[in-house]
Amino acid sequence: MKALVTILPKPSVLDPAGAAAAEAMKHLGVEGVGRVRIGKIIEIELSGSVDEARLHSVATDLLSNPVVEDYTLHIQA
Amino acid sequence: MKFAVVRFPGSNCDQDCVLAINSLPSASAEIVWHKDESLAGYDAVVLPGGFSYGDYLRCGAIARFSPIMTAVKAFAAKGGTVVGICNGFQILCESGLLPGALIRNRGLHFICRHVGVRVEVWNSRFTSAACTGQVLNLPIAHGEGCYYADHATLANLRANDQVLLRYCDTQGRIQADANPNGSLENIAGIRNEAGNVFGLMPHPERACDPLLGSTDGRALFESLLS
Amino acid sequence: MITPDTIAKHGITPEEYERICSILGRSPNLTELGVFSVMWSEHCSYKNSKLELKKFPTTGSRVLVKAGEENAGVIDIGDGWAIAFKMESHNHPSAVEPFQGAATGVGGIIRDIFTMGARPVFSMNSLRFGDIRGTSPQAATNRRLFAGVVAGIAHYGNCIGIPTIGGEVYFDDSYSGNPLVNVFCLGVLRHEQIARGAARGIGNPVFYVGAETGRDGLAGAAFASRELTEESKQDRPAVQVGDPFREKLLLEACLELLASGCVAGIQDMGAAGLTCSTCETASRGGTGVEIDVNLVPKRESGMSPYEILLSESQERMLVIVKKGQEDNVRAIFEKWDLPYALVGIVNDDGMMRVREGDDIVVEIPARQLADEAPLYSREAAPNVPVAPIDVATIAEADCHVALLTLLSHPSIASKRWVWQQYDHMVRLGAVVLPGSDAAVFLIREANKILAASTDCNAIYCKQDPREGAKIAVAEAARNIACTGAIPLAVTDNLNFGNPHKPENFLQLREAIEGLAEACRRFDTPVTGGNVSLYNESPEGAIDPTPTVGMVGLVEDVAHITTQFFKQADDVIILVGEPGDELGASHYLLAVHGRKEGPPPQLDFDREIAVQNAVRALIRMRLVQSAHDCSEGGLAVSLAESCLAGSLALGAEVALLTEAKRADVVLFNESQSRIVISVKPANATSVLSLLEWRGVPARRLGLVTTHPALRISTAAEVQEWSISELESAHATTIENVMAG
Repeated sequence: MKALVTILPKPSVLDPAGAAAAEAMKHLGVEGVGRVRIGKIIEIELSGSVDEARLHSVATDLLSNPVVEDYTLHIQA
Repeated sequence: MKFAVVRFPGSNCDQDCVLAINSLPSASAEIVWHKDESLAGYDAVVLPGGFSYGDYLRCGAIARFSPIMTAVKAFAAKGGTVVGICNGFQILCESGLLPGALIRNRGLHFICRHVGVRVEVWNSRFTSAACTGQVLNLPIAHGEGCYYADHATLANLRANDQVLLRYCDTQGRIQADANPNGSLENIAGIRNEAGNVFGLMPHPERACDPLLGSTDGRALFESLLS
Repeated sequence: MITPDTIAKHGITPEEYERICSILGRSPNLTELGVFSVMWSEHCSYKNSKLELKKFPTTGSRVLVKAGEENAGVIDIGDGWAIAFKMESHNHPSAVEPFQGAATGVGGIIRDIFTMGARPVFSMNSLRFGDIRGTSPQAATNRRLFAGVVAGIAHYGNCIGIPTIGGEVYFDDSYSGNPLVNVFCLGVLRHEQIARGAARGIGNPVFYVGAETGRDGLAGAAFASRELTEESKQDRPAVQVGDPFREKLLLEACLELLASGCVAGIQDMGAAGLTCSTCETASRGGTGVEIDVNLVPKRESGMSPYEILLSESQERMLVIVKKGQEDNVRAIFEKWDLPYALVGIVNDDGMMRVREGDDIVVEIPARQLADEAPLYSREAAPNVPVAPIDVATIAEADCHVALLTLLSHPSIASKRWVWQQYDHMVRLGAVVLPGSDAAVFLIREANKILAASTDCNAIYCKQDPREGAKIAVAEAARNIACTGAIPLAVTDNLNFGNPHKPENFLQLREAIEGLAEACRRFDTPVTGGNVSLYNESPEGAIDPTPTVGMVGLVEDVAHITTQFFKQADDVIILVGEPGDELGASHYLLAVHGRKEGPPPQLDFDREIAVQNAVRALIRMRLVQSAHDCSEGGLAVSLAESCLAGSLALGAEVALLTEAKRADVVLFNESQSRIVISVKPANATSVLSLLEWRGVPARRLGLVTTHPALRISTAAEVQEWSISELESAHATTIENVMAG
């Protein structure tokens, strides 16, 4: 059982790393590239039963910073 | 005045803070290990710069859960003076003792150089030895020093005179080209609403010895002593 | 099971294999073959260079630990304090993965310092890349390598909290395909704190501490000994990933451990990891060490003894603990949250013995493995001096444009783009910020001030390796003299091509002999260093690059001098002769596209007299600024002295010599020249003092408030505005890298 926490900067936050990646893609001739955001994926291997509420609170308190980041939680069986 | 300088695993500027504070009259500083749980006997707490926990996950994200932080929060709640420098500022924001967050420099590079910061508010316990409008020449050294907060928070900071330092040029002008890292509104240092917790990205402890160039960092420490 | 092909793949010759069999009294098994392969690789054993390296002077009144004895040499700096310092390369890994290659290079050299019991206090580096200008794919690659290496050094150095305070960066097409990353670190300690990497004390437990072992950099030492090819890019597993945070914890824990008195011996696991640390400590101790790989902390499963022994996972130390002190040691490791394990024991049979549980998998006499690798004396091609330059064949360039061309050549241009990425201010010691001739650092705990410089003009070395190497030492000493310091000792990093090619081996031999002679003349013993061979790629061999890292001592904080003019009306004096040698100069290269001619000749007596004189003047507090003449000659030196960052000062000088050509006067690179500025009231006495010392000197002119540099020669007068000089010098690299 795995939990995947995907974290991205909030849309309102400037993401210079994402902007740099977008520029690089345009230089390589990739067409139609719009905004790019760079974040992270945290993969957590779990055993036993999954307490989803607990995972959400860990995602909010530790794994992401709600001031500047949004997260989504996905449980993979 | 007795200062506790907290050492987390990965703190690098703890010794520098101790040295700088010890060089001031009527001030002394000691290292407190992050696993300690008491701050009894100290008049002020400093969270120094460095790379606590290697900046893993996010800068300061793991240090905020260190055992000592319970005592730091309690100390702050009772009105005790807490100063966070660079990584220390990041830890204060992560732990909610200060609003907002520090993210990656707009230029994506680590920057180490002197910058100008303007004192915006003199009547705070961190700037009382300076005057409003005074330009301090202080070193920065960071890769994640861009201050961010949402519009409501920024409005609040302005309304409550919580922005103590802004990046400026040598003339004291708050301009985009004087902003080394993209911080919103050129914010370099803020205090909490109660006025006892202060966070700043520049390193005042690196500007206390004339041998190193600027001694403008002294004004901030001396404010705490008066 | 072991075939001739297997032996060859391990980089072992048939003769070496014979020798292994005779040492063991039998054939080796595959794991033992791997062990010999790394210990007898060029990187670990210096088999192609050791005989030449014996020519270095390594002793002196200040030498406490000599070159070759331990992981780094140690020099006394007075009052019971000492410094441990060294320079090392990480060239091949940086070519493949620049960020991690450079980062782990920094990690490695830092470990070499704290394993001696010293607290690392600052780092420097000497970097070389191909030209970064232009739109060619190679230039783009060079930019990528440059950016990656600088970012990697910054990442590791900044995170671990050791300031990176100086160094050099050169760009030349001979390094395309083969960047050079030479990293230097210096630490401070009391004499009694010197720690040794020897396994002493029969029955003492052997502990492993630090990061868990993985498959990183498998056979990295063997990798650095093969030339780089397209295929070697597949060798990515041979590149390690560094964790500076882990190393910070390791550093603090080890220093605490050493202070506790519980340690009998300590060694870092660098090249050839567990293998090297095990057999070297046994060899130094005259003892044997037995370890069990089952006890080694691992982060991957299913690792064979071969993999565990050859892994180059970073941030690991081997600690020989005094029997009975195990619990104290455990407490320190646990305080710093470091993985550790008791993995072995010291015995008296002189063997490196490795078990996998009950099975013995390696059993090799330690001393023969560690210290008796075969040594080779390669064939050197005959030495053919290059033809002298005929100045008549050099068109006289427009000097106005030429100076700007030189200042904007990436090798000469400001490296601010680089050093602003390094935290050079942590630890409150950088009394002179990067950008001046040499770094100057105050070690507060010892109340000692050190000056340090890394130098090598590889064009000189290509044209005449012996003379170029002598000049590398002379220039380092000159840079140090300009800060007011006296040189103490040298660490060297020799970067050359494939030693099996006679023309390369000639360069190596000549350079070593040149370095040795110069170090004797300057009384700067070589405390240790590094040899990096096989720096060749399909594009060719690099220019021979024997990098010198020199350290000096400043006796009084009031002596500290920088290269920048200080105030208007100060008198500018040239100490040394005006010179006229254009051979191998950057002027010839940058303006005329010619890498030609013999390098300028070094006269040791003259050089030493000039350095001593300037240092004496500095100590008498008569010098406002001092800057040596090197690449680009006098004109570049004068321009750089004007570029302190504030545009308020300029200079007006005249150099009226017999030379008919302005370019010869302005850009020649003759040696033993220093430009100083002095207060007007002192000018006459300074010139008299220099005359009395028999040192040639002449007044050049004045520092002015007019923001321009004006140079009059017999042929012409040239003037540049400070802002155009600043623009050429300060923004070149920034602009090139911004793309």
